[in-house]
Amino acid sequence: MSDLPMRAQLAVALGRTASKMSRLAGRGDGSVIGGKIGLKLDPDLLTRLAANRKLVLVSATNGKTTTTRLIASAMSGLGEVATNAFGANMPTGHVSALAAAPAAKYGVLECDEKYVPMVLRETGANVVLLMNLSRDQMDRAGEIWQLAGKWRKALDGADTHVVANCDDPLVTWGAQTAKSVTWVSAGQHWREDSWCCPECGGPLDREGTNWACRQCSFARPRPEWILHGNRVTTPDGRVLDLQLNLPGRANRSNGVMALAVVAQFGVPPEVAMPLLGKVASVAGRYTTVQYQGRDIRLLLAKNPAGWLEAFDVLDPAPGPVALSINAQGPDGRDTSWLWDVDYRILKGRPVWATGERRIDLAARLEAAEVDFRVVDDIEQAVLSVPPGKLDVIANYTAFQDIRTRYGRAL
Amino acid sequence: MPSDRIKIVWIYPDLLSTYGDQGNCIVLERRAALRGISTRTLHVRSDEAVPVDGDIYLLGGGEDRPQILAAQRLRADGGLARAVEFGSAVFAVCAGYQLLGTEFGGEEGQPVQGLGLLNIRSGRGEKRAVGEIVGDVDPALGIPRITGFENHQGITHLGPGVRPLAKTVIGLGNGNGFEGCYQGHIVGTYMHGPALVRNPALADLLLSWAVKGPLQPINDSWAGKLREERLRAVLPA
Repeated sequence: MSDLPMRAQLAVALGRTASKMSRLAGRGDGSVIGGKIGLKLDPDLLTRLAANRKLVLVSATNGKTTTTRLIASAMSGLGEVATNAFGANMPTGHVSALAAAPAAKYGVLECDEKYVPMVLRETGANVVLLMNLSRDQMDRAGEIWQLAGKWRKALDGADTHVVANCDDPLVTWGAQTAKSVTWVSAGQHWREDSWCCPECGGPLDREGTNWACRQCSFARPRPEWILHGNRVTTPDGRVLDLQLNLPGRANRSNGVMALAVVAQFGVPPEVAMPLLGKVASVAGRYTTVQYQGRDIRLLLAKNPAGWLEAFDVLDPAPGPVALSINAQGPDGRDTSWLWDVDYRILKGRPVWATGERRIDLAARLEAAEVDFRVVDDIEQAVLSVPPGKLDVIANYTAFQDIRTRYGRAL
Repeated sequence: MPSDRIKIVWIYPDLLSTYGDQGNCIVLERRAALRGISTRTLHVRSDEAVPVDGDIYLLGGGEDRPQILAAQRLRADGGLARAVEFGSAVFAVCAGYQLLGTEFGGEEGQPVQGLGLLNIRSGRGEKRAVGEIVGDVDPALGIPRITGFENHQGITHLGPGVRPLAKTVIGLGNGNGFEGCYQGHIVGTYMHGPALVRNPALADLLLSWAVKGPLQPINDSWAGKLREERLRAVLPA
């Protein structure tokens, strides 16, 4: 830090003050505003702050925040790790995270999919983790085939090591140009965005996790790390049990990718495993809160692939479920994606529908022939279920609303 | 006509299904079923032949490259063109709408040959149209105002023989004050994704073409409420 130029030091200091004021004003954790001010004063601040550190970028459509946390935990034995733990995953958030930990030799940065090329260029990150790509908030996020193409271009010739999920054809295509890649078989459950070859457009033949283009030579690379059930096969052929404290197959997938990343820094899976197990909730996700005799568990699902994974961790039927949908900026203002989610899986459970776009949700649930009740807010749903467990699945701002209502601490 | 059977063909869900396009299938199936009309839906992937005996064909949205691939394969296949000659109904959204025309814009804005089933030509506009869209439908179709969400950068010019589907009240649509088009039993629109959800009357128009007669009225239920809520939310009071 002290070797930063004067202007950069000032930028960092002012950014920190702004973050602190934002926090005091109750406007969130302040990492965006702090980074914004810092970058305005010194446009090269990210590059300066990244210098002489070993950095990991974590990107995907789903699982970025959780996996960032898992990796940061698994690397904690190496020394201090700078990380944007609050999901502020654009350069402003990266600046704040690095500025907040000036002495940290390591950094794990969650990175928005669109920003991977730019952040890689500016930070020269040592490792880039690419996990999955699927349709997500099309009104603002753009198109994923194009996105994978940009990753491809950015990695071509870059001096970085990539860890990538080879069960996802689009991710594989996006990662393939890197000079060195560790392929991980981490699973892919949402397949509606990968029936065609990203290279030539031909049909992909799929069998189990394996896939290959019928028309060209593009095919699934051989993985070094393999996830099967709750077990991991390591590159040297050992089979280990995953010891996670987060539920569901999506987190097992996040877990194996975290192991592959930290191995790049010399952390063996045996050492990493108990550290992964220390993560039990991530920014409120998967947390259970007790309220009026109900155990409310909060699940975040932002897009069709995310919903599929949320359904995977639900308490078994006939456990009650409340769904809450908003369509503000961070959620995407378009609710069309509801029609890509197969809600029929909720048949046989009591279901409550709420959130600002509860009528969109009601129309969708009715067409899926699910029994549901529409309620004005989450409180009505909570109080309508008998004391006991309630799973709540919400999209981004709906999730934040519920977190705020039942205590930011969760 | 309870014994009627409608064959719905969803064209290329592997290329043209970006965001909720499946909703249009579900809505057609449901509104037919509520009237005791059975349906059969075929999902035809881009490596399969398009059957010529469908009653309603659906085409969804897609990115630039998949759109070009879909146009190439549909032209080579020829099934959709023959079905249109037989008078089948077609409902095409966004990328699917553009590729039914004579020409549309590719990744770099280059002109790409379409299927020529609609006498329209599309290109790339200056800015992306993202947001709610509302339009007053051509009175000849006898259906109320349409509501949807658009997300595209297309500009579409209608040639002779094609009529605009609606006059835009909110949103950009084709880019010249009108939204979508129709020609015979083909309807194209920039209302992306599950456009038929919020517009039950448009779904019924397609179904009535398929059964060649009027349909009994049904309760629009939550879809009807959604339609009212959306119109209220986006139209000036």
